[in-house]
Amino acid sequence: MSLLEIEKLSLDIGTLPILKNVDLALEAGQVMGLVGESGSGKSMTALTIMQLLPEAARATGSVRFDGAELLSASEERMCALRGDDIGMVFQEPMTALNPLKTIGEQVAEGIRWHTGSNRKDAETLAQRMLERVGLPAERFPLSRYPHELSGGQRQRVVIAIACALKPKLLIADEPTTALDVVLQAQILDLLRDLVDENRMGLLLISHDLAVVTEMADRITILRNGEVMEAGDTAETLSAQVHPYTRQLAMASMHVPERTRMHRAVEAGPLLEVKGITRDYPVRRDSLFHRPRPFRAVDDVSFAMAPAQSVALVGRSGCGKSTLARIILALDKPTAGTISFRGDEITGRDQAALRPARRDMQVIFQDPYGSFDPRQKIERLVAEPLHLLDKRPTAGERRERVAAALHEVGLQPGDMDKYPHEFSGGQRQRLSIARAVITRPKLIVADEPVSALDVSIRAQILDLLADLNSRLGIAFLFITHDLTVARAITDEVMVMDEGRIVETGKTGDVLSSPQSAAARALVDAAPDLHRAIAHRMQEQG
Amino acid sequence: MTAYLAKRLLIGLATLVVASVVVFAVLEILPGDPARLMLGMNATEDAVLALRNELGLNQGIVMRYLTWTGGLLSLDFGRSYTYSVPVIELIRERSAVSLPLALIALALSTAIAIPVGVFSAARRGRPADTVAMGASQLGVAVPNFWFALLLVYVFAVWLRLVPAGGFPGWGAGLWPALKALILPAVALALPQAAILARVTRSALLDVLGEDFIRTARAKGLPRRTVLWRHALRNAMLPVVTIMGLQFAFLLAGTIIIENVFYLPGLGRLVFQAINQRDLIVVEGVVMLLVATVIVVNLLVDLSYAIVDPRLRHRT
Repeated sequence: MSLLEIEKLSLDIGTLPILKNVDLALEAGQVMGLVGESGSGKSMTALTIMQLLPEAARATGSVRFDGAELLSASEERMCALRGDDIGMVFQEPMTALNPLKTIGEQVAEGIRWHTGSNRKDAETLAQRMLERVGLPAERFPLSRYPHELSGGQRQRVVIAIACALKPKLLIADEPTTALDVVLQAQILDLLRDLVDENRMGLLLISHDLAVVTEMADRITILRNGEVMEAGDTAETLSAQVHPYTRQLAMASMHVPERTRMHRAVEAGPLLEVKGITRDYPVRRDSLFHRPRPFRAVDDVSFAMAPAQSVALVGRSGCGKSTLARIILALDKPTAGTISFRGDEITGRDQAALRPARRDMQVIFQDPYGSFDPRQKIERLVAEPLHLLDKRPTAGERRERVAAALHEVGLQPGDMDKYPHEFSGGQRQRLSIARAVITRPKLIVADEPVSALDVSIRAQILDLLADLNSRLGIAFLFITHDLTVARAITDEVMVMDEGRIVETGKTGDVLSSPQSAAARALVDAAPDLHRAIAHRMQEQG
Repeated sequence: MTAYLAKRLLIGLATLVVASVVVFAVLEILPGDPARLMLGMNATEDAVLALRNELGLNQGIVMRYLTWTGGLLSLDFGRSYTYSVPVIELIRERSAVSLPLALIALALSTAIAIPVGVFSAARRGRPADTVAMGASQLGVAVPNFWFALLLVYVFAVWLRLVPAGGFPGWGAGLWPALKALILPAVALALPQAAILARVTRSALLDVLGEDFIRTARAKGLPRRTVLWRHALRNAMLPVVTIMGLQFAFLLAGTIIIENVFYLPGLGRLVFQAINQRDLIVVEGVVMLLVATVIVVNLLVDLSYAIVDPRLRHRT
């Protein structure tokens, strides 16, 4: 008898079918990877096991845990199972904890609820569990509040909550998607250790094939609510029998074709950053002692040539986004200067910055959040046109929007639609259209593909590479994801604690990193090739 | 935290100064001569002039403002033109009615609104929620004086449970005095409770959609426990904010309600003083109300920091 047996599970929410005849089995001590793109029904499968579905959901089929049917289990029975025998870890650690309760209270709460133990015993156990997940009491006392912890630390607290009572089954729904690669590797290590220690079954849900390959013994690939393929991880991914499996694997290793343009070297660099430093004041705790400011960016200098594609990589909090904001003149440096096309732009007023802004655009990570939902695409994409010296007429404006949409592979007719009518990938195309409409010389792209599914991500990478070579736009990619850097950049700069610690050709830095920071990033980055090879080797 | 409090306190004081200027200026512009009004239409010019001198009305406007605010600082609100007693005496006497009335109304409205809001949020979209929110919609729409008249008709005239108006004084015993305040308090509280219940419900529903609620459910806590332990405190910030704002409306509401019920409270005092051009009384009472509202909002700011640990560190 398997620990978890899902048979012919179908799920509808209202009239919308979400899952169709899903089968899945997980043994104790085993890691099962559940892979799929957004909307494939991965999270809904998890919530069905937990019986935490939205009210309109109707599930049929069978979900047996330890031999007992869960679909027909009473709510009391489920409450007894949740948090005791079945634990769950969620994707977004920043919001997964109650901001008004200490971490000690939140870990101890489940313990007290299930075991009926007194506060003191529960807190002792909570303390031990927090230590187990890497939050020792000396530095992280029970009295800490979530806002005093970083994302990775919060995810450890969530894992401590889920594993406090040594569950037989742990469901982890994209547990590391919101974290940088180094933290991701740490959290995955922790989960693997917990599986080994307690012979816990782990259902690991992820869109990242490489992560799942590294972690999971068996894999189930889900698409539009249906199981495409399931089986041993190494076999499934090396054979790639099912076309969708192949498609997913190809997309996650995709490298766009880039035609190098050997343009005549123009006079001087496009962007020149000299000695940029940015300090932030720190909250003072004493009336007499002013604390040293926090240095987010520390004496950074570099130059970019026209049409060059450069990656700025680093862990979260290393200062890369602050640096980007300063380059875009959205923030003022404490010291240092930035020249763009030979003109110094630091310290200029908004009016004087207009020509520079026209030639410098930005793409953000979140294609959902960067559009006003009540405006039509025409207006949204045309937004940067106010930077032109001459106001375009309505006709010109529509023409330019149509041209920009065409550049990014959308139809001119799309300009009369609203943002909600587009998918995530299309929305990212829209934000790229908005960035290219002024024909800029430089685009700063802050994690442009991290919120996207692998297949869409491959398409967007292609598009960015194409814009780079065809229109000669220089790109500065800000990312913690080395696969993005590898795919579309010539040069990479590694940033750590506000400083640039390593610079070089992308290939060189990624194959033989010199600095500790670069090595940590490269080692932690999940790699599908390597993971499959490793698995094959393990199994002989 | 201390810096935060100090800042709020300073803002409060500044508001008080601005309010004093505005109150003083507005009443200066108001037509009508208090001396003339006090002496009646048949008084001689000389008599009026003499009275004006006695009341200090012939001094310059700046001088009078300074004398007045100087007095406020030492709790000397001046003498009422019509009653010829110190204003502070009047305020003390009338507060004994208005303060309990406002507090009872506030307590009542909170005691009704929060359970109803929680009840509705827990049953979102079900018939019970629809009925509760329908009733609250009605409560928001009905003006409190009309509601007061309805209450008088039902409970005083028809059922004869409580007096229709008037106040026997606290000297008459606790119960008779409270009995006289019940209907006015209900009339004040219900419309406020209706608004507060809706705010509580929507704040709770927002919080119930948060990720940490799911985490709490995944711990094995039943829905109800999660609602009380995790959701309610998080929903308190908007609720407390609205309560603070409502307190000002509550004070304004007493002016009408005290007139409907013939209660000798501050509201009625102010109303009569305006009619009799007893400006010094109006100024005093209004300043007192302004100060009360500022203090209440200071308490609201303080309570944010108590509810939310993230604000304790902010300056």
